[in-house]
Amino acid sequence: MSIARFWRETPQRYNLGGSKCSDCSTVYFPPRSVCPNCSSHRRSIGRMVPFQLSGDGEVFSYTIVHEAAEGFDMQVPYVLALVKTVEGPMLTGQVVDIETGEIRIGLPVRAMFRKLREEGKAGVIHYGYKFAPREEDRAPGPPPGQRDAARAATPTAERGSTAA
Amino acid sequence: MRDVAILGAGMTRFGELWDRSFREIGIEAGLGAMVDARVSSAQLDGIYFGNMAAGSLIEQEHIAPLILDYAGLGSRHLPAIRVEGGGASGALALHEGFLAVASGLYDIVVVGGAEKMTDVTDERGSDIASATADHEWEVVFGATLPSLWGMIARRHMHEFGTKREEFAQVSVHDHEMGSKNPNAHYRNRITLPQVLGAGPVAEPLGMLDCAPLSDGAAAVVLGPLEIARKYTDTPIRIAASQVATDSMAVQHRREITTVDATVESAQRAFRLARRAPSDVQVAEIHDAYSIAALVSLEDLGFVPKGKGGPEFASGRFAHGGAGPTVNTSGGLKSQGRPFGAVGIAQVVELVRQLRGEAKDRQVSGAQLGLAHDLGGTGATSVVHLLERVN
Repeated sequence: MSIARFWRETPQRYNLGGSKCSDCSTVYFPPRSVCPNCSSHRRSIGRMVPFQLSGDGEVFSYTIVHEAAEGFDMQVPYVLALVKTVEGPMLTGQVVDIETGEIRIGLPVRAMFRKLREEGKAGVIHYGYKFAPREEDRAPGPPPGQRDAARAATPTAERGSTAA
Repeated sequence: MRDVAILGAGMTRFGELWDRSFREIGIEAGLGAMVDARVSSAQLDGIYFGNMAAGSLIEQEHIAPLILDYAGLGSRHLPAIRVEGGGASGALALHEGFLAVASGLYDIVVVGGAEKMTDVTDERGSDIASATADHEWEVVFGATLPSLWGMIARRHMHEFGTKREEFAQVSVHDHEMGSKNPNAHYRNRITLPQVLGAGPVAEPLGMLDCAPLSDGAAAVVLGPLEIARKYTDTPIRIAASQVATDSMAVQHRREITTVDATVESAQRAFRLARRAPSDVQVAEIHDAYSIAALVSLEDLGFVPKGKGGPEFASGRFAHGGAGPTVNTSGGLKSQGRPFGAVGIAQVVELVRQLRGEAKDRQVSGAQLGLAHDLGGTGATSVVHLLERVN
Protein backbone atom coordinates (compact mmCIF):
# COMPACT_ATOMS: atom_id res chain seq x y z
CA MET A 1 0.00 0.00 0.00
CA SER A 2 1.46 3.35 -0.99
CA ILE A 3 2.39 5.88 1.66
CA ALA A 4 -0.17 8.36 0.34
CA ARG A 5 -2.92 5.76 0.45
CA PHE A 6 -2.21 4.96 4.06
CA TRP A 7 -1.59 8.56 5.10
CA ARG A 8 -4.90 9.90 3.86
CA GLU A 9 -6.77 7.58 6.21
CA THR A 10 -4.76 8.63 9.26
CA PRO A 11 -7.74 10.31 11.00
CA GLN A 12 -9.69 7.06 10.89
CA ARG A 13 -6.87 4.64 11.63
CA TYR A 14 -5.22 6.72 14.37
CA ASN A 15 -8.21 8.36 16.00
CA LEU A 16 -11.25 6.23 15.13
CA GLY A 17 -12.86 9.08 13.25
CA GLY A 18 -16.18 7.93 11.86
CA SER A 19 -19.27 9.72 10.69
CA LYS A 20 -22.85 10.21 11.84
CA CYS A 21 -25.95 10.83 9.78
CA SER A 22 -27.62 14.05 10.94
CA ASP A 23 -30.89 12.67 9.68
CA CYS A 24 -31.20 9.31 11.45
CA SER A 25 -28.24 9.57 13.88
CA THR A 26 -26.70 6.26 12.80
CA VAL A 27 -22.93 6.16 13.36
CA TYR A 28 -20.55 4.68 10.76
CA PHE A 29 -16.96 3.58 10.77
CA PRO A 30 -15.10 4.11 8.51
CA PRO A 31 -16.88 7.36 7.67
CA ARG A 32 -19.40 7.29 4.84
CA SER A 33 -20.52 10.12 2.62
CA VAL A 34 -24.00 8.65 2.16
CA CYS A 35 -26.18 7.00 4.82
CA PRO A 36 -27.14 3.40 3.93
CA ASN A 37 -29.82 3.42 6.63
CA CYS A 38 -31.97 6.37 5.59
CA SER A 39 -35.02 5.50 3.53
CA SER A 40 -34.33 8.45 1.29
CA HIS A 41 -30.57 8.13 1.32
CA ARG A 42 -30.07 11.07 -1.06
CA ARG A 43 -31.25 13.33 1.74
CA SER A 44 -28.16 12.34 3.76
CA ILE A 45 -25.71 13.63 1.14
CA GLY A 46 -23.84 16.53 2.65
CA ARG A 47 -25.39 15.83 6.04
CA MET A 48 -22.91 13.23 7.28
CA VAL A 49 -20.91 14.81 10.11
CA PRO A 50 -17.64 13.65 11.70
CA PHE A 51 -18.05 11.48 14.78
CA GLN A 52 -15.36 10.03 16.98
CA LEU A 53 -15.77 6.55 18.44
CA SER A 54 -14.80 6.07 22.09
CA GLY A 55 -12.92 2.87 21.30
CA ASP A 56 -14.93 0.80 23.79
CA GLY A 57 -16.71 -2.32 22.69
CA GLU A 58 -16.96 -6.06 23.08
CA VAL A 59 -15.85 -9.08 21.09
CA PHE A 60 -18.62 -10.18 18.71
CA SER A 61 -16.61 -13.01 17.18
CA TYR A 62 -12.96 -13.99 16.95
CA THR A 63 -10.41 -16.30 15.40
CA ILE A 64 -6.83 -17.22 16.18
CA VAL A 65 -4.81 -16.70 13.01
CA HIS A 66 -1.95 -19.09 12.27
CA GLU A 67 -1.50 -18.35 8.55
CA ALA A 68 -0.83 -14.64 8.63
CA ALA A 69 -1.97 -11.80 6.45
CA GLU A 70 0.78 -10.00 4.52
CA GLY A 71 3.09 -8.19 6.92
CA PHE A 72 1.81 -10.06 9.98
CA ASP A 73 4.05 -13.16 9.73
CA MET A 74 6.07 -12.22 12.80
CA GLN A 75 2.94 -12.01 14.95
CA VAL A 76 1.45 -15.52 14.58
CA PRO A 77 -0.49 -16.86 16.26
CA TYR A 78 -2.57 -13.70 16.73
CA VAL A 79 -6.12 -13.05 17.83
CA LEU A 80 -8.34 -11.28 15.30
CA ALA A 81 -11.81 -10.14 16.31
CA LEU A 82 -14.94 -8.39 15.18
CA VAL A 83 -15.54 -5.79 17.88
CA LYS A 84 -19.00 -4.29 18.36
CA THR A 85 -18.38 -0.75 19.60
CA VAL A 86 -20.67 0.88 22.15
CA GLU A 87 -21.66 3.45 19.50
CA GLY A 88 -22.80 0.70 17.12
CA PRO A 89 -20.27 0.17 14.32
CA MET A 90 -18.41 -3.13 14.12
CA LEU A 91 -14.63 -3.04 13.61
CA THR A 92 -12.14 -5.71 12.56
CA GLY A 93 -8.88 -5.72 14.47
CA GLN A 94 -6.37 -7.69 16.47
CA VAL A 95 -6.84 -8.27 20.19
CA VAL A 96 -3.50 -7.99 21.98
CA ASP A 97 -2.22 -8.19 25.56
CA ILE A 98 -4.19 -11.40 25.99
CA GLU A 99 -3.46 -15.12 26.03
CA THR A 100 -5.12 -16.88 23.09
CA GLY A 101 -7.06 -19.03 25.58
CA GLU A 102 -8.61 -15.96 27.23
CA ILE A 103 -10.43 -14.60 24.17
CA ARG A 104 -14.21 -15.10 24.21
CA ILE A 105 -17.36 -13.68 22.66
CA GLY A 106 -18.62 -10.85 24.88
CA LEU A 107 -15.20 -9.89 26.25
CA PRO A 108 -15.10 -6.11 26.85
CA VAL A 109 -12.19 -4.51 24.96
CA ARG A 110 -10.86 -1.04 24.26
CA ALA A 111 -9.10 0.29 21.17
CA MET A 112 -5.48 1.35 21.43
CA PHE A 113 -2.93 2.88 19.11
CA ARG A 114 -0.35 0.34 17.94
CA LYS A 115 2.02 -0.55 15.15
CA LEU A 116 0.14 -2.78 12.70
CA ARG A 117 2.78 -4.01 10.28
CA GLU A 118 5.84 -3.15 8.24
CA GLU A 119 5.54 -3.21 4.49
CA GLY A 120 7.95 -3.87 1.68
CA LYS A 121 11.71 -3.48 1.45
CA ALA A 122 11.52 0.10 2.67
CA GLY A 123 9.93 -1.16 5.87
CA VAL A 124 7.20 1.45 5.87
CA ILE A 125 5.45 1.13 9.22
CA HIS A 126 1.67 1.19 9.33
CA TYR A 127 0.07 2.29 12.57
CA GLY A 128 -3.55 1.95 13.58
CA TYR A 129 -5.92 0.52 16.14
CA LYS A 130 -5.79 -2.79 17.91
CA PHE A 131 -7.89 -3.88 20.85
CA ALA A 132 -7.02 -5.08 24.34
CA PRO A 133 -8.99 -6.15 27.41
CA ARG A 134 -9.92 -3.10 29.47
CA GLU A 135 -7.68 -2.55 32.46
CA GLU A 136 -10.62 -2.17 34.85
CA ASP A 137 -11.90 -5.62 33.87
CA ARG A 138 -8.65 -7.36 34.67
CA ALA A 139 -8.50 -9.23 37.96
CA PRO A 140 -7.02 -8.23 40.26
CA GLY A 141 -7.69 -4.66 39.27
CA PRO A 142 -4.84 -2.18 39.18
CA PRO A 143 -4.83 0.78 41.56
CA PRO A 144 -7.13 3.60 40.41
CA GLY A 145 -4.22 5.93 39.61
CA GLN A 146 -2.73 3.48 37.14
CA ARG A 147 -6.13 2.76 35.66
CA ASP A 148 -6.58 6.45 34.84
CA ALA A 149 -3.12 6.56 33.35
CA ALA A 150 -3.94 3.59 31.15
CA ARG A 151 -7.11 5.25 29.93
CA ALA A 152 -5.38 8.54 29.22
CA ALA A 153 -2.79 6.68 27.17
CA THR A 154 -5.38 5.54 24.67
CA PRO A 155 -5.86 8.10 21.93
CA THR A 156 -9.61 7.73 22.01
CA ALA A 157 -10.64 7.86 25.63
CA GLU A 158 -14.09 9.19 26.34
CA ARG A 159 -14.61 11.74 23.64
CA GLY A 160 -17.80 10.49 22.16
CA SER A 161 -19.21 13.34 20.14
CA THR A 162 -18.10 15.18 17.05
CA ALA A 163 -14.40 15.30 16.33
CA ALA A 164 -12.34 18.30 15.44
CA MET B 1 -35.79 -11.69 -23.56
CA ARG B 2 -35.49 -15.13 -25.15
CA ASP B 3 -34.62 -18.46 -23.56
CA VAL B 4 -30.91 -19.28 -23.40
CA ALA B 5 -29.41 -22.76 -23.51
CA ILE B 6 -26.00 -24.22 -22.78
CA LEU B 7 -24.91 -26.01 -25.96
CA GLY B 8 -21.54 -27.33 -24.88
CA ALA B 9 -19.15 -27.53 -21.94
CA GLY B 10 -15.43 -28.10 -21.45
CA MET B 11 -12.78 -27.77 -18.80
CA THR B 12 -9.17 -28.55 -18.02
CA ARG B 13 -7.98 -30.66 -15.16
CA PHE B 14 -7.64 -28.54 -12.01
CA GLY B 15 -4.44 -28.58 -9.97
CA GLU B 16 -0.87 -27.37 -9.98
CA LEU B 17 -0.42 -27.17 -13.75
CA TRP B 18 3.18 -25.96 -13.71
CA ASP B 19 3.83 -27.06 -17.29
CA ARG B 20 0.89 -25.12 -18.74
CA SER B 21 0.41 -21.39 -19.28
CA PHE B 22 -2.64 -19.26 -18.60
CA ARG B 23 -3.44 -18.89 -22.27
CA GLU B 24 -3.02 -22.62 -22.92
CA ILE B 25 -5.56 -23.64 -20.30
CA GLY B 26 -7.98 -20.90 -21.35
CA ILE B 27 -7.87 -22.08 -24.93
CA GLU B 28 -8.19 -25.77 -24.01
CA ALA B 29 -11.39 -25.13 -22.06
CA GLY B 30 -12.90 -22.82 -24.68
CA LEU B 31 -12.17 -25.05 -27.65
CA GLY B 32 -13.33 -28.07 -25.65
CA ALA B 33 -16.69 -26.42 -25.11
CA MET B 34 -16.96 -25.47 -28.80
CA VAL B 35 -16.16 -29.01 -29.95
CA ASP B 36 -18.69 -30.38 -27.45
CA ALA B 37 -21.30 -27.99 -28.86
CA ARG B 38 -20.38 -28.75 -32.47
CA VAL B 39 -20.10 -24.98 -32.99
CA SER B 40 -17.61 -23.67 -35.54
CA SER B 41 -15.58 -20.55 -34.95
CA ALA B 42 -17.38 -18.85 -37.86
CA GLN B 43 -20.60 -18.98 -35.83
CA LEU B 44 -19.12 -17.34 -32.75
CA ASP B 45 -20.35 -13.82 -31.90
CA GLY B 46 -18.12 -13.07 -28.89
CA ILE B 47 -16.58 -14.28 -25.65
CA TYR B 48 -16.95 -13.38 -21.99
CA PHE B 49 -14.10 -14.34 -19.73
CA GLY B 50 -14.15 -14.53 -15.94
CA ASN B 51 -10.86 -13.85 -14.20
CA MET B 52 -10.01 -12.51 -10.75
CA ALA B 53 -6.42 -11.34 -10.75
CA ALA B 54 -4.30 -12.15 -13.81
CA GLY B 55 -2.58 -8.79 -13.39
CA SER B 56 -1.24 -9.76 -9.96
CA LEU B 57 -0.82 -13.49 -10.60
CA ILE B 58 0.80 -13.55 -14.05
CA GLU B 59 1.37 -9.81 -14.66
CA GLN B 60 -0.99 -9.82 -17.59
CA GLU B 61 -4.10 -7.68 -17.83
CA HIS B 62 -6.37 -7.36 -20.86
CA ILE B 63 -6.73 -11.11 -21.09
CA ALA B 64 -9.99 -11.55 -23.03
CA PRO B 65 -8.60 -10.51 -26.43
CA LEU B 66 -5.41 -12.40 -25.58
CA ILE B 67 -7.32 -15.68 -25.23
CA LEU B 68 -9.30 -15.00 -28.39
CA ASP B 69 -6.10 -14.17 -30.29
CA TYR B 70 -4.27 -17.35 -29.25
CA ALA B 71 -7.39 -19.41 -29.93
CA GLY B 72 -6.81 -18.44 -33.56
CA LEU B 73 -9.79 -16.12 -33.75
CA GLY B 74 -8.04 -12.74 -33.63
CA SER B 75 -8.65 -11.93 -37.28
CA ARG B 76 -12.41 -12.00 -36.76
CA HIS B 77 -12.24 -8.98 -34.42
CA LEU B 78 -14.98 -10.32 -32.17
CA PRO B 79 -16.00 -8.68 -28.91
CA ALA B 80 -14.01 -10.19 -26.01
CA ILE B 81 -14.87 -9.00 -22.51
CA ARG B 82 -13.26 -9.79 -19.16
CA VAL B 83 -15.51 -9.91 -16.10
CA GLU B 84 -14.22 -9.62 -12.52
CA GLY B 85 -16.03 -10.32 -9.26
CA GLY B 86 -13.40 -12.01 -7.08
CA GLY B 87 -14.12 -15.72 -6.71
CA ALA B 88 -17.47 -15.18 -8.47
CA SER B 89 -15.81 -13.89 -11.66
CA GLY B 90 -16.72 -16.97 -13.70
CA ALA B 91 -20.36 -16.99 -12.64
CA LEU B 92 -20.59 -13.24 -13.29
CA ALA B 93 -19.19 -13.78 -16.80
CA LEU B 94 -21.89 -16.39 -17.35
CA HIS B 95 -24.49 -13.85 -16.26
CA GLU B 96 -23.14 -11.38 -18.83
CA GLY B 97 -23.11 -14.00 -21.60
CA PHE B 98 -26.66 -15.00 -20.66
CA LEU B 99 -27.81 -11.37 -20.95
CA ALA B 100 -26.12 -10.96 -24.32
CA VAL B 101 -27.85 -14.00 -25.83
CA ALA B 102 -31.18 -13.38 -24.06
CA SER B 103 -31.26 -9.83 -25.40
CA GLY B 104 -30.85 -11.04 -28.98
CA LEU B 105 -27.70 -9.01 -29.55
CA TYR B 106 -25.56 -12.16 -29.92
CA ASP B 107 -26.53 -15.70 -30.85
CA ILE B 108 -23.53 -17.88 -30.02
CA VAL B 109 -21.10 -16.88 -27.26
CA VAL B 110 -18.40 -18.71 -25.36
CA VAL B 111 -18.22 -17.98 -21.65
CA GLY B 112 -14.96 -19.02 -20.06
CA GLY B 113 -13.15 -18.62 -16.77
CA ALA B 114 -9.54 -19.22 -15.88
CA GLU B 115 -7.03 -18.57 -13.14
CA LYS B 116 -3.35 -19.41 -12.85
CA MET B 117 -2.70 -19.43 -9.10
CA THR B 118 0.57 -21.39 -8.88
CA ASP B 119 2.91 -19.10 -10.79
CA VAL B 120 3.25 -17.33 -7.43
CA THR B 121 3.93 -18.81 -3.99
CA ASP B 122 1.06 -20.01 -1.79
CA GLU B 123 1.58 -17.03 0.51
CA ARG B 124 1.46 -14.55 -2.36
CA GLY B 125 -1.55 -16.30 -3.87
CA SER B 126 -3.42 -16.06 -0.56
CA ASP B 127 -2.52 -12.37 -0.20
CA ILE B 128 -3.80 -11.64 -3.71
CA ALA B 129 -7.02 -13.55 -3.04
CA SER B 130 -7.52 -11.64 0.23
CA ALA B 131 -7.93 -8.46 -1.83
CA THR B 132 -11.45 -9.74 -2.61
CA ALA B 133 -12.26 -8.83 1.01
CA ASP B 134 -12.13 -5.16 2.09
CA HIS B 135 -8.42 -4.43 1.85
CA GLU B 136 -8.39 -1.13 3.73
CA TRP B 137 -10.65 -2.09 6.66
CA GLU B 138 -10.09 -5.83 7.01
CA VAL B 139 -6.82 -6.98 5.44
CA VAL B 140 -4.65 -4.10 6.67
CA PHE B 141 -5.74 -4.99 10.22
CA GLY B 142 -4.59 -8.60 9.87
CA ALA B 143 -7.56 -10.33 8.25
CA THR B 144 -7.32 -13.08 5.63
CA LEU B 145 -10.17 -14.85 3.83
CA PRO B 146 -9.96 -17.92 6.13
CA SER B 147 -9.82 -15.69 9.23
CA LEU B 148 -13.00 -13.87 8.20
CA TRP B 149 -14.73 -17.22 7.62
CA GLY B 150 -13.23 -18.40 10.91
CA MET B 151 -15.05 -15.56 12.69
CA ILE B 152 -18.26 -16.42 10.84
CA ALA B 153 -17.78 -20.04 11.97
CA ARG B 154 -17.21 -19.04 15.60
CA ARG B 155 -20.35 -16.91 15.63
CA HIS B 156 -22.37 -19.67 13.91
CA MET B 157 -21.27 -22.06 16.67
CA HIS B 158 -22.17 -19.46 19.32
CA GLU B 159 -25.62 -18.63 17.96
CA PHE B 160 -26.82 -22.01 16.70
CA GLY B 161 -24.77 -24.59 18.56
CA THR B 162 -23.09 -25.71 15.34
CA LYS B 163 -20.35 -28.22 16.10
CA ARG B 164 -16.80 -28.24 14.82
CA GLU B 165 -17.31 -31.81 13.59
CA GLU B 166 -20.33 -30.77 11.51
CA PHE B 167 -18.50 -28.38 9.23
CA ALA B 168 -15.44 -30.62 9.17
CA GLN B 169 -17.80 -33.15 7.57
CA VAL B 170 -18.10 -30.85 4.52
CA SER B 171 -14.47 -31.52 3.59
CA VAL B 172 -14.87 -35.27 4.08
CA HIS B 173 -17.95 -35.17 1.80
CA ASP B 174 -16.21 -33.08 -0.87
CA HIS B 175 -13.19 -35.36 -1.07
CA GLU B 176 -15.46 -38.41 -1.29
CA MET B 177 -17.21 -36.78 -4.26
CA GLY B 178 -13.98 -35.53 -5.81
CA SER B 179 -12.39 -38.96 -5.65
CA LYS B 180 -14.66 -39.86 -8.57
CA ASN B 181 -13.83 -36.77 -10.63
CA PRO B 182 -10.85 -37.20 -12.99
CA ASN B 183 -10.47 -33.39 -13.27
CA ALA B 184 -10.24 -32.81 -9.50
CA HIS B 185 -7.18 -31.23 -7.91
CA TYR B 186 -7.32 -33.64 -4.94
CA ARG B 187 -8.77 -37.10 -5.53
CA ASN B 188 -7.84 -38.62 -2.17
CA ARG B 189 -10.50 -39.46 0.38
CA ILE B 190 -10.04 -37.92 3.81
CA THR B 191 -11.46 -38.81 7.23
CA LEU B 192 -13.05 -36.73 9.95
CA PRO B 193 -10.10 -37.24 12.34
CA GLN B 194 -7.76 -36.02 9.57
CA VAL B 195 -9.78 -32.82 9.12
CA LEU B 196 -9.97 -32.22 12.88
CA GLY B 197 -6.27 -32.94 13.34
CA ALA B 198 -4.94 -30.85 10.45
CA GLY B 199 -2.80 -27.82 11.22
CA PRO B 200 -4.75 -24.70 12.20
CA VAL B 201 -5.16 -21.87 9.66
CA ALA B 202 -7.62 -19.55 11.38
CA GLU B 203 -9.36 -21.28 14.28
CA PRO B 204 -11.67 -23.08 14.24
CA LEU B 205 -10.69 -23.65 10.58
CA GLY B 206 -7.75 -25.89 9.80
CA MET B 207 -5.81 -26.75 6.68
CA LEU B 208 -8.40 -29.29 5.49
CA ASP B 209 -11.29 -26.85 5.93
CA CYS B 210 -9.80 -24.61 3.24
CA ALA B 211 -9.96 -25.08 -0.53
CA PRO B 212 -6.59 -25.15 -2.31
CA LEU B 213 -5.19 -22.56 -4.71
CA SER B 214 -5.42 -24.23 -8.12
CA ASP B 215 -4.78 -23.60 -11.79
CA GLY B 216 -7.57 -24.38 -14.19
CA ALA B 217 -10.05 -23.21 -16.77
CA ALA B 218 -13.62 -24.03 -17.76
CA ALA B 219 -15.96 -22.86 -20.51
CA VAL B 220 -19.49 -23.24 -21.86
CA VAL B 221 -21.12 -22.29 -25.16
CA LEU B 222 -24.42 -20.41 -25.00
CA GLY B 223 -27.06 -19.97 -27.68
CA PRO B 224 -30.78 -19.30 -28.06
CA LEU B 225 -32.87 -22.28 -26.91
CA GLU B 226 -34.99 -22.12 -30.08
CA ILE B 227 -32.07 -23.26 -32.23
CA ALA B 228 -30.27 -25.34 -29.59
CA ARG B 229 -31.17 -28.70 -31.08
CA LYS B 230 -29.09 -27.89 -34.15
CA TYR B 231 -26.08 -28.22 -31.88
CA THR B 232 -26.94 -30.67 -29.15
CA ASP B 233 -29.41 -33.44 -28.35
CA THR B 234 -29.58 -32.36 -24.73
CA PRO B 235 -29.76 -28.56 -24.44
CA ILE B 236 -29.64 -27.30 -20.88
CA ARG B 237 -31.85 -24.26 -20.35
CA ILE B 238 -30.69 -21.47 -18.08
CA ALA B 239 -33.88 -21.11 -16.04
CA ALA B 240 -32.48 -18.21 -13.99
CA SER B 241 -29.29 -16.18 -13.74
CA GLN B 242 -29.27 -13.85 -10.76
CA VAL B 243 -26.63 -11.66 -9.12
CA ALA B 244 -26.86 -9.96 -5.74
CA THR B 245 -24.38 -7.94 -3.70
CA ASP B 246 -23.73 -6.83 -0.12
CA SER B 247 -21.17 -4.87 1.92
CA MET B 248 -17.55 -5.68 1.10
CA ALA B 249 -16.55 -6.09 4.74
CA VAL B 250 -18.01 -8.72 7.06
CA GLN B 251 -18.09 -6.07 9.80
CA HIS B 252 -20.73 -4.09 7.91
CA ARG B 253 -23.18 -6.93 7.29
CA ARG B 254 -26.65 -7.03 8.81
CA GLU B 255 -25.69 -10.41 10.33
CA ILE B 256 -22.43 -12.26 9.92
CA THR B 257 -23.96 -15.75 9.98
CA THR B 258 -26.20 -14.97 6.99
CA VAL B 259 -24.88 -13.99 3.58
CA ASP B 260 -27.69 -11.69 2.43
CA ALA B 261 -26.35 -11.66 -1.15
CA THR B 262 -26.88 -15.44 -1.30
CA VAL B 263 -30.39 -15.14 0.12
CA GLU B 264 -31.33 -12.43 -2.38
CA SER B 265 -29.80 -14.08 -5.45
CA ALA B 266 -31.43 -17.43 -4.61
CA GLN B 267 -34.86 -15.99 -3.84
CA ARG B 268 -34.85 -13.96 -7.07
CA ALA B 269 -33.76 -17.02 -9.07
CA PHE B 270 -36.42 -19.32 -7.61
CA ARG B 271 -39.12 -16.66 -8.04
CA LEU B 272 -38.18 -16.01 -11.66
CA ALA B 273 -38.06 -19.72 -12.52
CA ARG B 274 -41.24 -20.43 -10.53
CA ARG B 275 -39.41 -23.15 -8.65
CA ALA B 276 -38.56 -23.91 -5.04
CA PRO B 277 -35.43 -25.28 -3.37
CA SER B 278 -37.21 -28.64 -3.00
CA ASP B 279 -37.32 -28.92 -6.83
CA VAL B 280 -33.50 -29.06 -7.05
CA GLN B 281 -31.87 -32.49 -7.32
CA VAL B 282 -28.23 -31.44 -7.75
CA ALA B 283 -26.37 -28.35 -6.51
CA GLU B 284 -22.84 -27.00 -6.69
CA ILE B 285 -22.39 -24.60 -3.78
CA HIS B 286 -19.63 -22.32 -2.52
CA ASP B 287 -17.47 -24.24 -0.06
CA ALA B 288 -14.12 -22.43 -0.23
CA TYR B 289 -14.12 -22.83 3.56
CA SER B 290 -16.09 -25.69 5.08
CA ILE B 291 -18.30 -23.39 7.17
CA ALA B 292 -19.25 -21.53 4.00
CA ALA B 293 -21.02 -24.65 2.71
CA LEU B 294 -23.29 -24.76 5.77
CA VAL B 295 -24.05 -21.03 5.59
CA SER B 296 -24.74 -21.36 1.85
CA LEU B 297 -27.11 -24.33 2.25
CA GLU B 298 -29.08 -22.30 4.79
CA ASP B 299 -29.12 -19.11 2.74
CA LEU B 300 -30.06 -20.89 -0.50
CA GLY B 301 -33.14 -22.20 1.31
CA PHE B 302 -32.26 -25.90 1.43
CA VAL B 303 -32.31 -25.97 5.25
CA PRO B 304 -33.55 -23.50 7.89
CA LYS B 305 -31.06 -20.97 9.30
CA GLY B 306 -28.88 -22.57 11.94
CA LYS B 307 -29.69 -26.15 10.93
CA GLY B 308 -26.94 -26.53 8.32
CA GLY B 309 -24.60 -28.39 10.67
CA PRO B 310 -26.83 -31.25 11.85
CA GLU B 311 -28.53 -31.55 8.45
CA PHE B 312 -25.20 -31.86 6.67
CA ALA B 313 -23.83 -34.35 9.20
CA SER B 314 -26.98 -36.47 8.74
CA GLY B 315 -25.87 -37.22 5.17
CA ARG B 316 -28.87 -35.67 3.42
CA PHE B 317 -26.65 -33.94 0.83
CA ALA B 318 -24.72 -37.12 -0.09
CA HIS B 319 -25.68 -39.59 -2.83
CA GLY B 320 -28.91 -41.27 -1.79
CA GLY B 321 -29.81 -38.60 0.78
CA ALA B 322 -32.97 -36.48 0.85
CA GLY B 323 -31.07 -34.01 -1.27
CA PRO B 324 -30.23 -32.07 -3.18
CA THR B 325 -26.98 -33.92 -3.78
CA VAL B 326 -24.29 -31.32 -3.24
CA ASN B 327 -20.92 -30.77 -4.90
CA THR B 328 -20.72 -33.95 -6.95
CA SER B 329 -17.66 -32.36 -8.60
CA GLY B 330 -15.88 -32.36 -5.25
CA GLY B 331 -16.59 -28.66 -4.80
CA LEU B 332 -13.93 -26.04 -4.39
CA LYS B 333 -12.33 -28.11 -1.64
CA SER B 334 -11.56 -31.19 -3.72
CA GLN B 335 -12.08 -30.27 -7.38
CA GLY B 336 -10.03 -27.15 -6.73
CA ARG B 337 -10.16 -23.39 -6.63
CA PRO B 338 -8.86 -21.52 -9.68
CA PHE B 339 -10.86 -18.45 -8.67
CA GLY B 340 -12.10 -17.13 -12.02
CA ALA B 341 -12.85 -20.64 -13.32
CA VAL B 342 -14.83 -21.90 -10.34
CA GLY B 343 -18.25 -20.54 -11.33
CA ILE B 344 -18.00 -22.02 -14.81
CA ALA B 345 -16.66 -25.36 -13.57
CA GLN B 346 -19.71 -25.65 -11.29
CA VAL B 347 -21.93 -25.22 -14.36
CA VAL B 348 -19.88 -27.73 -16.39
CA GLU B 349 -20.53 -30.30 -13.65
CA LEU B 350 -24.26 -29.51 -13.64
CA VAL B 351 -24.41 -29.85 -17.43
CA ARG B 352 -22.90 -33.32 -17.13
CA GLN B 353 -25.35 -34.24 -14.38
CA LEU B 354 -28.40 -32.93 -16.24
CA ARG B 355 -27.35 -34.68 -19.45
CA GLY B 356 -26.88 -37.91 -17.51
CA GLU B 357 -23.18 -38.06 -18.38
CA ALA B 358 -21.68 -37.87 -14.89
CA LYS B 359 -20.81 -41.59 -14.75
CA ASP B 360 -20.27 -42.84 -11.19
CA ARG B 361 -21.02 -39.34 -9.85
CA GLN B 362 -24.44 -39.33 -11.53
CA VAL B 363 -27.47 -38.24 -9.50
CA SER B 364 -30.31 -40.29 -10.96
CA GLY B 365 -33.19 -38.34 -12.43
CA ALA B 366 -31.47 -34.95 -12.20
CA GLN B 367 -33.74 -32.39 -13.91
CA LEU B 368 -32.96 -29.13 -12.11
CA GLY B 369 -29.55 -27.99 -10.90
CA LEU B 370 -28.36 -24.98 -8.92
CA ALA B 371 -24.93 -23.34 -9.04
CA HIS B 372 -23.91 -20.88 -6.31
CA ASP B 373 -20.69 -18.87 -6.44
CA LEU B 374 -19.46 -16.24 -3.98
CA GLY B 375 -16.95 -13.44 -4.36
CA GLY B 376 -14.87 -12.53 -1.29
CA THR B 377 -16.81 -13.29 1.87
CA GLY B 378 -20.14 -12.66 0.16
CA ALA B 379 -20.09 -9.18 -1.37
CA THR B 380 -21.12 -10.87 -4.62
CA SER B 381 -23.33 -13.94 -4.96
CA VAL B 382 -24.37 -15.48 -8.25
CA VAL B 383 -27.04 -18.18 -8.54
CA HIS B 384 -27.85 -20.07 -11.72
CA LEU B 385 -30.72 -22.52 -12.12
CA LEU B 386 -30.21 -24.97 -14.97
CA GLU B 387 -32.79 -27.42 -16.26
CA ARG B 388 -32.76 -30.31 -18.64
CA VAL B 389 -35.07 -29.73 -21.64
CA ASN B 390 -36.89 -32.98 -22.35
